[in-house]
Amino acid sequence: MASPVPVKEKKLMDVKLGELPGWILMRDFTPRGIAGAFQRGYYRYYNKYVNVKKGSVAGISMVLAAYVLFNYCRCYKELKHERLRKYH
Amino acid sequence: MNENLFTSFTTPTMMGLPVVVLIIMFPSILFPSPNRLINNRLVSLQQWLVQLTSKQMLAIHNHKGQTWALMLMSLILFIGSTNLLGLLPHSFTPTTQLSMNLGMAIPLWAGTVVTGFRHKTKASLAHFLPQGTPIPLIPMLVIIETISLFIQPVALAVRLTANITAGHLLMHLIGGATLALTNINASVALITFIILILLTVLEFAVALIQAYVFTLLVSLYLHDNT
Repeated sequence: MASPVPVKEKKLMDVKLGELPGWILMRDFTPRGIAGAFQRGYYRYYNKYVNVKKGSVAGISMVLAAYVLFNYCRCYKELKHERLRKYH
Repeated sequence: MNENLFTSFTTPTMMGLPVVVLIIMFPSILFPSPNRLINNRLVSLQQWLVQLTSKQMLAIHNHKGQTWALMLMSLILFIGSTNLLGLLPHSFTPTTQLSMNLGMAIPLWAGTVVTGFRHKTKASLAHFLPQGTPIPLIPMLVIIETISLFIQPVALAVRLTANITAGHLLMHLIGGATLALTNINASVALITFIILILLTVLEFAVALIQAYVFTLLVSLYLHDNT
């Protein structure tokens, strides 16, 4: 099961399932690494959906939908009591 | 219901972490910076809007006042985007907090006043007494003008807070009333729903107008003092 290429340098899609915990633990969790991950994620989304020749409203509406979902998760505790149920 | 009404205005924390900082920084993601001569549609649209607004807002200022262009434009963009994002369901609007609005209003107003005192001391002091007042009225009028000067930042902050908070509260109340009325009387619920739609349209307008008013007043105070 040992692969010829070291686990650390493989991309996520090439990592076998058994090697996954080891791969995750070898990622860079320093502040610089985390900032780099956020930056890479942001530019990946931006270049795919917004920074294109004929960008549409879908680019920012996906972001706004994620924002609404995040806020819903944030106040779920208070919203639990407002559901339409007979017994709360 | 009373406790539920105001819980949406509390500072958001998620598992003890202050998420409010993230929420205040969120609108900046929606304004990407232009890199090229011809940009993508989002950036071009924003550039066009910013140029339109800045030309209209900075037309009345002289050279000294136009050094405030960046400050005024970022102010109107921030307040406008924060207010509009607050209209999404369940979201938290930072401009409903008086602390934040005072934090924006007092430094900006103080900046305009101090600029006026530094560069045009006599003219700034002359603002305390309108032209052509009868001599017996002078002491009282100076006091009144001083009070009206010091109330400017408080008025700026409270105006923004009260407008946005009142709009959100009204929407909560009328939305709750609509839901409660659907089981009792469907036609009244429909009328209430139409009122809710009109109110939402109003809130969109108020969000933008309040941003505009805030920035316009700061620019007016600046114009007086440069």
